[in-house]
Amino acid sequence: MTIKKKPSGPALITLQKVEKHYGDYHALRDINLEIGQGEFFSLLGPSGCGKTTLLRTIAGFEDYDSGYVMISSKDMRGVPANKRPTNMVFQSYAIFPHLTVLQNVAFGLRKSAMSKAEKTKAAEDALEMVGLKGYGHRAAHALSGGQRQRVALARALVLKPKVLLLDEPLSALDRKMREQMQVELIKLQREVGITFILVTHDQEEALVMSDRIAVMFEGEIVQCDDPEVLYRKPKSKRVADFIGVMNFLPATVREEGGKYIASVAGLGETEITGEQCPAGVPLGEATVGFRPETLTLLYEGQTATHREAPATIEEVVYYGDMTYYDVKFEGVDKPVRISMRNIFGRDVLDVGAPARVSWSPGALVVFGAGE
Amino acid sequence: MTFGDKMRRFFRSEQGVGMMLVSPTALYALLLLAVPLVAIFVISFWTQTGVRDFDTTFTLANYKEALTDPLYRQLMLRSLMVSGLVTLITVVLAFPIAYFVSFGVKPEHKSLWIFLITIPFWTSYLIRVFLWKVILGYNGVLNSGLLAVGAIDEPLSFILYNVNAVIITLAHAYAPFAILPIFVALEKIDRSLLEASRDLGESRTMTFLRVTLPLAAPGVVAAVLIVFIPTIGDYVTPRLVGGPGGLMIANMIQTQFLRLNNAPLGATLAVLAMLIVAVIAIVFMLLGNKAAGGNTGGRRK
Repeated sequence: MTIKKKPSGPALITLQKVEKHYGDYHALRDINLEIGQGEFFSLLGPSGCGKTTLLRTIAGFEDYDSGYVMISSKDMRGVPANKRPTNMVFQSYAIFPHLTVLQNVAFGLRKSAMSKAEKTKAAEDALEMVGLKGYGHRAAHALSGGQRQRVALARALVLKPKVLLLDEPLSALDRKMREQMQVELIKLQREVGITFILVTHDQEEALVMSDRIAVMFEGEIVQCDDPEVLYRKPKSKRVADFIGVMNFLPATVREEGGKYIASVAGLGETEITGEQCPAGVPLGEATVGFRPETLTLLYEGQTATHREAPATIEEVVYYGDMTYYDVKFEGVDKPVRISMRNIFGRDVLDVGAPARVSWSPGALVVFGAGE
Repeated sequence: MTFGDKMRRFFRSEQGVGMMLVSPTALYALLLLAVPLVAIFVISFWTQTGVRDFDTTFTLANYKEALTDPLYRQLMLRSLMVSGLVTLITVVLAFPIAYFVSFGVKPEHKSLWIFLITIPFWTSYLIRVFLWKVILGYNGVLNSGLLAVGAIDEPLSFILYNVNAVIITLAHAYAPFAILPIFVALEKIDRSLLEASRDLGESRTMTFLRVTLPLAAPGVVAAVLIVFIPTIGDYVTPRLVGGPGGLMIANMIQTQFLRLNNAPLGATLAVLAMLIVAVIAIVFMLLGNKAAGGNTGGRRK
């Protein structure tokens, strides 16, 4: 299966060996990135991982100790924020409270060569683009959170930057609004063709919106891939755990006649390929990971397509469209989560009932035991 | 329900508790502010006939005299000029200090700086005015210092017992009053607004002019009012360092009440001074509101 991918243009932003310390705190460690023209790129990580620092470094708000930040092949060292071809949507939106919506959007146009009428037109067009047509005369402080965010977007996009930087732009919105804005942002980005760099701690948001995602922990980029690869082939247990839900079971791996055999607790022995080990084949002690949707509970009369393992249902969590089951395999203490769609005719199973679990060896991801 | 029940209920209600909380201050303000104000207003329409005797027939003669006599007009204009200049000097000098404390000082040291700024208030106002006499006097600190380094050949005489001395002394005395409201207004400015301005292509200077200054406007207006209103009626400073040429309207009001036994005219001058201050204050407040684009510093979500 492939997902539609935008052709990635030549690198617009290049970061090489960027390092930054705040006193003793190592905020950015050896950051190397190439972000292409027109790409929707996300920096994903838990709070304090350095993703916002990295974004602010690109914007010109933070200095860095060493390394290079290049935009359009130009070294950005010493170039202040107001001279960079980037614009930012701040987490707090930073809407000027003493100005109207239109004045906010036109703020950055002061130095442009356009006539006053053209500037107003450009600002109004930008407002229309973000769905705020006719809001220009409103006072900035009379806007809702979602509207403020749109104003911040319009204010940045009206300047036609090469790169739009978004610092957790959706985190202050409620769930419905957030999901709606995610779709709108993707559409908007396709429309304007500008490179977007999004900072988020929400893995779902990153998966939904991005062409590529860089996962950061403790100031370091630990994996940079497109969403599908990141989800299916996480390079470490930590990344696997951060992106979606991943079940882990202890295992041992051995080589036998050029083949790799994994002996997984509760599931038994199976052959694995090098492809399933994103960080290399860990011979000996290992951990096997699999996503909840790769397992299926078998109902009466059904047979497993590949392999089957007996288990007991420990917990049932009903979500309407989905049901999550926590099941225990024989001889394993830690329960494993299985997600099932509640399609028509499929009953929700009871807690404590014995179950048969269907699983596919190909869906397993194998990590070293320590990682 | 008996009256007692009603009373008990009232004093337990939120409204009742509120009333009880404000009543001491309200009573105080009523007795010591509203009553004297009304008295002054009423007396200004009377005529004094003896030391303690008044003709209470309504008359506008005092107002006619106050508005036509060039002496009173000159004193009023001088008072306006002095407090206007004091306000201008104080606020212009206070802004950089407030800006420095708000933007240049580490957050954990800010309260220390504010504390240091209030140190001049540890001595009484009167003593501070006297100290300026010592500094500005003919044989004062300033003159002897300048003589010692050879900057001047004879002591400067234009710095004490005139309007200049009044302005210098008042500007110093009111500096903390101007610094604090400006500081508070600057503190309220969301720092990401300044970053947003830089991000949108503006230099530091333009960011200051387009964002910081308009958002600090409510604080500046407050500072202007806090300095302007009390200085226009200041009595002690002109009396001590102003000399005959530095007297202000408050000195004349005192003279009318206590020396010339003409309380009604003194009251009239007081009422007129209050009216002028009120008009100027309102104009300033409206201007400040306009500069801040109707935003008075409160942030709504």
